[in-house]
Amino acid sequence: MTRQASAGIRDIAVVAFAQTGHRRTSDDLSEVEMLMPVLHEVLDRTGLKTSDIGFTCSGSSDYLAGRAFSFTLALDGVGAWPPISESHVEMDGAWALYEAWTKLLTGDADTALVYAYGKSSPGPLRDVLTRQLDPYYVAPLWPDSVALAALQAQALIDAGDTDEAALAAIAARSRSDATANPHAQLRGPIPHGEPLVRPLRTGDCPPVGDGAAAVILAAGERARELCARPAWIRGVDHRIEAHSLGVRDLTDSPSARLAAERAGAFERPVDTAELHAPFTSQEVVLRKALKLGDHVRVNPSGGALAANPVMAAGLVRVGEAAARIHRGESDRALAHATSGPCLQQNLVAVLEGDPR
Amino acid sequence: MPEVLKAPLVVEFPFTRSLGPVQSAFLTGLRERVVLGVRTTDGRTLVPPVEYDPVTAEEIRDLVEVATTGTVTTWAWNHEPRRGQPLGTPFAWVLVRLDGADTALLHALDAPGPDTVHTGMRVRVRWAADRAGAITDIACFEPYDGDPARPAGHSGRFEDPVTGIVAPARLDYTYSPGRAQSAYITALSDRRTVGERCPSCRKVYVPPRGACPTCGVPTAEQVEVGPRGTVTTFCIVNIKARNLDIEVPYVYAHIALDGADLALHGRIGGIPYDQVRMGLRVEPVWTEGARYPDHYRPTGEPDGDYDTYRELL
Ligand SMILES: [Zn+2]
Repeated sequence: MTRQASAGIRDIAVVAFAQTGHRRTSDDLSEVEMLMPVLHEVLDRTGLKTSDIGFTCSGSSDYLAGRAFSFTLALDGVGAWPPISESHVEMDGAWALYEAWTKLLTGDADTALVYAYGKSSPGPLRDVLTRQLDPYYVAPLWPDSVALAALQAQALIDAGDTDEAALAAIAARSRSDATANPHAQLRGPIPHGEPLVRPLRTGDCPPVGDGAAAVILAAGERARELCARPAWIRGVDHRIEAHSLGVRDLTDSPSARLAAERAGAFERPVDTAELHAPFTSQEVVLRKALKLGDHVRVNPSGGALAANPVMAAGLVRVGEAAARIHRGESDRALAHATSGPCLQQNLVAVLEGDPR
Repeated sequence: MPEVLKAPLVVEFPFTRSLGPVQSAFLTGLRERVVLGVRTTDGRTLVPPVEYDPVTAEEIRDLVEVATTGTVTTWAWNHEPRRGQPLGTPFAWVLVRLDGADTALLHALDAPGPDTVHTGMRVRVRWAADRAGAITDIACFEPYDGDPARPAGHSGRFEDPVTGIVAPARLDYTYSPGRAQSAYITALSDRRTVGERCPSCRKVYVPPRGACPTCGVPTAEQVEVGPRGTVTTFCIVNIKARNLDIEVPYVYAHIALDGADLALHGRIGGIPYDQVRMGLRVEPVWTEGARYPDHYRPTGEPDGDYDTYRELL
């Protein structure tokens, strides 16, 4: 699936986006308490009420905070009783958006609420993420998320694709751009820091923090009623690398390239790209894989290096790209979300505003 | 605002996993100090071996022994080893392409410092003293400047193959219950039960979770409920729970505290189990130093009328 090329397929747009301020800890709030203001904000932007929403889909992971079935408690925040049409993915919210988009394409619903949240502060995130790895050959070694990203960074340096100074420049640009983003966790001049897992320094790594995000999708004329300039979703696609790290060329991302191609990204140039690259080195891989030239504005929000609420950061990329279209700052944007070690899973969405 | 409550939360579980034929041969081989790969139909040798070709998705079963020596294809220096990692002293994470293999294996390299490690360096397997058929049977890699080791051409068949692994996992969290539940727990320590009222539908939730699931709005107004309440429904527990020192059979019930619009649950005591009934009026029984009621017992009042709790079932 995935490009809506043929006639008769519905036009579906992101019509509203909201996110929390992302912060190092939110221990004064439960997940639903953290999430609820964002749900209300995104609904307020459209004037919709919970009861107006045709389909609700969320993304989160119980492993982050160590709370079983936390997503069912989070549902309290959307007013899920009496039962609503609802689904959940144990993935980043960008994949919840993919499911909601598909649902709207079927015509079963005209509007969808998509949300995602992650509280990384209660647990040891680097270790928690080892539990998503191959349980036979890899997870018993507990290779943490920074270590795996560092292996990829070294491969890029060995290949001559980047060096430590270029990586530091990506970090500095991201956090400088984030000064204009009130939701960012890290902004402005941040020391590039000591090596965390060499060659990656603390500045090459995303902040660990808590946050939530939500978007509303609407189909056809409904989208135009709810938003002055809807961000039309021209395509979404998700592709995966082989799961064994040693099989992959870590300096490239053929799955991201294929997802972009299937989502229609290469048909016309984009002016903006929101890339979910939690580590500086991953931006290098994605720029190459997605064929982004110098004219493309990459991560004007500051990206995941400025705020990386796990499970929400990918949805935030889609939301940020859409919000730029809403504001008239972009006409055609690419949004990317990733999951797994070293950009293992990649989702690409292409968004467009109406011609001006 | 009351102080943020926190408590350690340990999530620990041993995953027992069965192995497919290729994984079984590979891990049994490690136990016997043999490294096996699997050959794809286009002639590549994958180490560690998988059951299906990652490119073609074909089932692959053609096992082939590779060397215990190899070449580092990328590396990362870990100066602060974390719990569970292969070495307790600073080491390099490495991807190693063993001689005879076309793909690389992730493991640790024991080296004196980052300046001694580089991509392309030669390494060999250091075997663990105790081997059980697991990836950790390779203790780590170590620098090696000799000739490539020569595999003996093992068939991949073993007398006593491992058929599964037990992978223990432990994660340590700091649990904090959030605003509404913190207030509830704090009040309980004064032996008061405090719920929260929905500003929209006026329902009082006990315990409060911070939001009304019907209206989807925050609850904030605190309302003390109980201490007495009515049994709305119950069950008789006949199986003794581990680590729970309560004689069976006993009754576990939903109890609607007076003023609450949601029933909470608790054990019923002070009455024979077969005399507990819907509508029974109960009150909490506290024990010294407890942070929540030990159980509920009959108050002796007449039973509550069905209509008073039918909405709370
Ligand atoms: Zn309500």
